[in-house]
Amino acid sequence: MSEQSHEYKVDALIAEDIDAYLSKHQHKTMLRFITCGSVDDGKSTLIGRLLYDSKMIFEDQLASLTKDSKAVGTQGQEIDFALLVDGLAAEREQGITIDVAYRFFATDKRKFIVADTPGHEQYTRNMVTGASTADLAVILIDARQGVLTQTRRHSYIVNMLGIPNVVLAVNKMDLVGSSEERFDEIVAEYRAFADQIGIKEFTAIPISGLRGDNIVDRSVAMDWYKGPTLMAHLETVPLSDRGAANRPFRMPVQWVNRPNLDFRGFSGTITSGTVHPGDGVRVLPSGKTSTVKSIVTYNGDLDSGVAGQAVTITLNDEIDCSRGNVLSVADNPPEVADQFETTLIWMDESEMLPGRPYILQIGTQSVTATITEPKYEVNVNTTEQLAARTLKLNAIGVCNISTDRPIVFESYDDDRTMGGFILIDRMTNATVAAGLVHFALRRSQNIHWQAVDIDRNAHALQKGQKAKVVWFTGLSGSGKSTIANLVEKKLHSMGRHSFLLDGDNVRHGLNRDLGFTDADRVENIRRVGEVARLMTDAGLIVMTAFISPFKAERQMVRDLMEEGEFVEVFVNTSLETAESRDVKGLYKKARAGDLKNFTGIDSPYEKPEKAEITVNTDEMTAEEAAEMIVDRLLAM
Amino acid sequence: MQKLLQLNHQETKKAAMALDDRQLTHLQRLEAESIQIMREVVATSTNPVMLYSVGKDSACMLHLAKKAFYPSPPPFPLLHVDTTWKFQAMYALRDKAAADAGMQLLVHHNPEAVEKGINPFDHGSLHTDMWKTDGLKQALSAYGFDAAFGGARRDEEKSRAKERVFSFRSANHRWDPKSQRPELWSQYNARKAKGESIRVFPLSNWTELDIWQYIQLEKIEIVPLYFAAPRPVVERDGMLIMVDDDRFPLRDGETPEMKSIRFRTLGCYPLTGAVESEAATLSEVIQEMLLTTTSERQGRAIDHDSAASMEKKKQEGYF
Repeated sequence: MSEQSHEYKVDALIAEDIDAYLSKHQHKTMLRFITCGSVDDGKSTLIGRLLYDSKMIFEDQLASLTKDSKAVGTQGQEIDFALLVDGLAAEREQGITIDVAYRFFATDKRKFIVADTPGHEQYTRNMVTGASTADLAVILIDARQGVLTQTRRHSYIVNMLGIPNVVLAVNKMDLVGSSEERFDEIVAEYRAFADQIGIKEFTAIPISGLRGDNIVDRSVAMDWYKGPTLMAHLETVPLSDRGAANRPFRMPVQWVNRPNLDFRGFSGTITSGTVHPGDGVRVLPSGKTSTVKSIVTYNGDLDSGVAGQAVTITLNDEIDCSRGNVLSVADNPPEVADQFETTLIWMDESEMLPGRPYILQIGTQSVTATITEPKYEVNVNTTEQLAARTLKLNAIGVCNISTDRPIVFESYDDDRTMGGFILIDRMTNATVAAGLVHFALRRSQNIHWQAVDIDRNAHALQKGQKAKVVWFTGLSGSGKSTIANLVEKKLHSMGRHSFLLDGDNVRHGLNRDLGFTDADRVENIRRVGEVARLMTDAGLIVMTAFISPFKAERQMVRDLMEEGEFVEVFVNTSLETAESRDVKGLYKKARAGDLKNFTGIDSPYEKPEKAEITVNTDEMTAEEAAEMIVDRLLAM
Repeated sequence: MQKLLQLNHQETKKAAMALDDRQLTHLQRLEAESIQIMREVVATSTNPVMLYSVGKDSACMLHLAKKAFYPSPPPFPLLHVDTTWKFQAMYALRDKAAADAGMQLLVHHNPEAVEKGINPFDHGSLHTDMWKTDGLKQALSAYGFDAAFGGARRDEEKSRAKERVFSFRSANHRWDPKSQRPELWSQYNARKAKGESIRVFPLSNWTELDIWQYIQLEKIEIVPLYFAAPRPVVERDGMLIMVDDDRFPLRDGETPEMKSIRFRTLGCYPLTGAVESEAATLSEVIQEMLLTTTSERQGRAIDHDSAASMEKKKQEGYF
């Protein structure tokens, strides 16, 4: 039980001298923090309590809270504070937190934004969303349970994302008889884990969210605890901007501001350092230099711009600079590279596919990137490094990434904005992963493209033809290989130089090491795509016959080729027809469950939407289809 | 005016000096965040628009847009999805604010609601559904906007507290609260398929007090109805309703009385409850807000239906 009444005192200044209060409030700093920990450790209750005790809950909200508590609450006739923050209907029904909720309160010392993050493993991505912007993390532990799997998972993520302050709030102390021994035991257990993952410091506080002990008011029952209450700690913990102010000047350009021909400014938010008119700056990745003419804002030009400010900078020279470039201090620019070691947190239902191109967004840059197989996956419960071929939903692993053009970056440890990135699926546009850049791989600077004298045009010209990749895609048994074979025969008889890459044949040699999982299918197509490209460099007309079930990979191969060189041929057959043909007896095996991941049965086929040529083998013979394809090819 | 600018400039200088302490205040951090969000939208969408409802939050959002793109005018139009039942003073400020900002103002009236004469007195919740929810969807589809700024704040209401800054909508404008995109750091994924759109909330992390304080510091013009003055009202179902024009059907025994009132939130005048107040200056309004014991949305009829009413409305396309 608490010494004082529950109400956090309203600042007396509000009533006495509002202008003085406002002037004081105006200069308050802001602390963003998260609450995390296992399900039922009482995160939502704690936030409800903080809001209630700091008088941020109004009468009408309290009235509806009291009503809801009786109807769906878990505290009998008592107020269920969790209902204040669990705002979605599904959350209230199930009594769990699904998505991160943001709450706001202020005391006479500070203003706070708190993100209440879900504990369930399946909603880890929402926890990561809340944690990415936090200055402090309150990790809750149920005093009866001690350190649990989710406590470890969340601590690992908190440390990985570089949240500078950690509070260990040992909750539900009232249920363990307010025992000091139990508290010490849990702190010791947590310290052992914290040491293991690299959390150097944390502040441990024994609390009861339900009863309000050591939240705002000191607990009488736990008079053995001499440290600060949770609120007192939140109000006084030193704010760190992770040293942004003291690092060199950087500003990713968001938007080029051109109201008229006489003004050309670069708008963006300064991520680190300070900039003044007259300072020498460099535009990256081009490396061109100039000096700052002015720092423009709506309220007038500034004498200096500092980290965190959104400004518009004009330069003294007309140099090339656009969205995605980074303005930096001239003599200490950030690195530029196209291969990196990174940590990835996978956040999508469909697993990571090494080799598949994703969109990578970092700062204001957006490029295409491919991921290698993970070097290892981290078991966040034990910090053990596991071998892995892919990353599934909520998995964390270390992978190399290569981008299709060089990007400007900082290591995540130095700069969240220029070192933190997201990966986006090119088809669904979903954010599938978050990543942290560790460092650039020197490899990218050591492998140079060998220039050759006889170039691809010379090769094609000698053969008197235009190089092409004719990419047959369709279900197993649709007739791809048969038709491709006929097409090649026809081209050959017409004196064309061609080559047929057949799916089955390639799997006997080049791709012998690959199976039929989604990840292996992607790698299969990537290799075939690269081989086909080398053949087009040699001036050949390449025919390929692969099921190639995923749009993303067909797009990847298309992107490898020159404009107009890639001809997608969709061999369209209904599953029934293909299955009734079953030339190789594969459908029968798949139906019997003897063959896993079979396209059309238990693995999807994504139909092309804009194939250059579509043939329907339900309606035409293989010979007719081949003739039609040759006619169309020669007309291209 | 010149003097005002001068003053403003001096304040900025002072602010810039304070910045050498290298600690931005919470309002400066919020302002920078909102500006970054707005620039991101303009750089990544093809046809953005700003939803403008003439309230104090809209006023702040418009002011932030002016700052974000200065010296250019904000490179998108303002869209007012009108119900024809707003306060007269709101229409007056709406037209002036758009002209001052040098922006195009689009006003949309749901033609079906016009034809059926939908009004808050006879049609209950149909009034909001048709004028606002349907009207908004019609306007967004008709103009082909792929990104729309809204002035909603997370401190307003429980389902808003859960919404992302970049909130994704399907081609038929639906919100799926259970599968929101993760949103890390200040990295926003604005990618969408054709027909899909994004609602963007640059004021997500502002509170009511932040808005008021910003209005005071930046001297932003707001509708005078926020300040107390003697106005004609009737008391109905426990709410004080201002009789703003002669379309107001008085019930038997109702006579408008002059009372000193003001509004904490503005909407359709027959649906917006006033509070009795003497607060005639910004400082007094803020003081009253800080000492009050009810939340600002209490004055709005829309939220009272059920605990999950706002979430449901938002899923259906309400802003």
